[in-house]
Amino acid sequence: MDKTWNNKAWFMVLPVLLLVAFSAVIPLMTVVNYSVQDTFGNNQFFWAGTEWYAEMLHSERFHAALLRNLFFSFIILAIEVPLGILIALNMPRKGWGVPVCLVLMSLPLLIPWNVVGTIWQVFGRVDIGLLGRTLSMLGINYNYVQNPLHAWVTVIVMDVWHWTSLVVLLCYAGLVSIPDAFYQAAKIDGASRWAVFRYIQLPKMNRVLLIAVLLRFMDSFMIYTEPFVVTGGGPGNSTTFLSIDLVKMAVGQFDLGPAAAMSIIYFLIILALSWVFYTVMTNYDAER
Amino acid sequence: MARIELDHIRHAYGPNPKSDADYALKEVHHTWEDGGAYALLGPSGCGKTTLLNIISGLIHPSHGRILFNGQDVTDLSTQERNIAQVFQFPVIYDTMTVYDNLAFPLRNRGVAAADIDRKVRETLDMIDLASWADKKARGLTADQKQKISLGRGLVRSDVNAILFDEPLTVIDPHMKWVLRSQLKELHRRFGFTMVYVTHDQTEALTFAQKVVVMYEGEIVQIGTPHELFERPKHTFVGYFIGSPGMNVVPVEIEGKKARFGGQVVNLPGAPDMPATKGRMELGIRPEYVRLGREGMPVTIGKVEDIGRHKIVRTQLEGQEIAVILAEDEEVPADPHIHFDPKGINVYANSWRVALGE
Repeated sequence: MDKTWNNKAWFMVLPVLLLVAFSAVIPLMTVVNYSVQDTFGNNQFFWAGTEWYAEMLHSERFHAALLRNLFFSFIILAIEVPLGILIALNMPRKGWGVPVCLVLMSLPLLIPWNVVGTIWQVFGRVDIGLLGRTLSMLGINYNYVQNPLHAWVTVIVMDVWHWTSLVVLLCYAGLVSIPDAFYQAAKIDGASRWAVFRYIQLPKMNRVLLIAVLLRFMDSFMIYTEPFVVTGGGPGNSTTFLSIDLVKMAVGQFDLGPAAAMSIIYFLIILALSWVFYTVMTNYDAER
Repeated sequence: MARIELDHIRHAYGPNPKSDADYALKEVHHTWEDGGAYALLGPSGCGKTTLLNIISGLIHPSHGRILFNGQDVTDLSTQERNIAQVFQFPVIYDTMTVYDNLAFPLRNRGVAAADIDRKVRETLDMIDLASWADKKARGLTADQKQKISLGRGLVRSDVNAILFDEPLTVIDPHMKWVLRSQLKELHRRFGFTMVYVTHDQTEALTFAQKVVVMYEGEIVQIGTPHELFERPKHTFVGYFIGSPGMNVVPVEIEGKKARFGGQVVNLPGAPDMPATKGRMELGIRPEYVRLGREGMPVTIGKVEDIGRHKIVRTQLEGQEIAVILAEDEEVPADPHIHFDPKGINVYANSWRVALGE
């Protein structure tokens, strides 16, 4: 198709490009700058080439944090996506229950990250927390400060509590867009509950599910505030995810070169994995 | 296949219906004979679809019972009633192939694989989609999709009835005609009980042996296309069927004469006057109004030439009377009309009264 080229359009996007340059591209370039140089105090820079990258890629500490984070994202997706679909399927479609459910579902999403962390940090404390006290009174020796497994469970439950609503709301939007005639036809055709889900509801939720998976993956892969507030990355390094590790390295140890190299690698991993998710799911969509 | 009895069915969508106006379906008491081909005709919002959904069990009626072959099915689910229904807009299962779409209702009922294959191929041939069998259904055009919906309705041979809810709305005119003929042919071959909802009179009259006309939640007349045309039981039927509809003029009845304004029309018989004298009207179809030099003087309004004949809008005593004129006939210079007694019907409060001797 022939399109009319209008070069004036470039002027229209120019402000946005400038904004993006200042907010994203220029900071990113300073990170690149740090990642290829070694720096000491008083602004002395020495060329380091790919040295920091090589160091990071062979660092066991980095590998451990990466694996931990991948595992975390995997568990989060495996719980939140099916659970979100299940809740969305059971939410009312009309009547007074709709606004009630929508408000309840939105509440966790409206709470700032660090507040969520604080809530769960207090909630889980054995001395004063409701959850911690109750569990220990039931005879369960729950202690997220000392037991790595308990720390993991706490962080995962917290994330599920915080973010499942997002999946629910997206799926619900997909579900309410299905016309009644589809359900009626399914009844006429004698379709089972499972068949209705498989052939009517799931295909209609497909697109929003793609968005939900992408958002949840990216967010969980970048998770920082909540586990930092609750466990501070511990006990030991058991809940030190990539971003926590990065901050430790950059701000705690002031190793700017390796930290910058790690940022770039981290960024590229997220970009690559998101691209893989996106192509796999859209290809699957196009094939059908 | 089954005889379907609707026993004093009433339905309201809201809770606690009080007056007649709360009912989408006022009262329907009717039997659909086994193997009959019925058309349910009426304007949008008259309760046709509600009635259909009550038969298929998608809606539970507020009052009354439904019987299939004498057995009460009012509380049975749609699946248990074993009904096929085709909806106004195409409903297809996007992710399945055309073949799987048609096989779906059979597979859900555990039909043997060989039978499924035979039935599906047969149906595919009938709806002319055999070469599309292995394509994904989502890529099809709107009328192909609707053909799949139709096919899913026709693929089961053991259904009690097939219900069509304005199934050809989205199909183009030529294909409409082809599909309608196929449905008639199918009815002739297998003798399904078929109910076909439409607001298109041509569709209703060509499809059905019996046409059920609904108006404001009630059945106003059930009859053959001929009966509906010649003896509309309600002025609505006269107006709704026919193009243009029946002329209806308010009259005063005196024995065998009807008077309106300064004009007197001789009736073929004296009407049976209702006990409480109501609003009397005379109805006559444009086909039975003769335009010539004798009779009642009229003025000519518009003349619409629609190809096979002309429609002349005349004014008689301030009332518009439509007249159908053959294509080669001319409007006379001093126009008069008279009514052919064969075509005269008299209505009291919109309902037809019998004409005696």
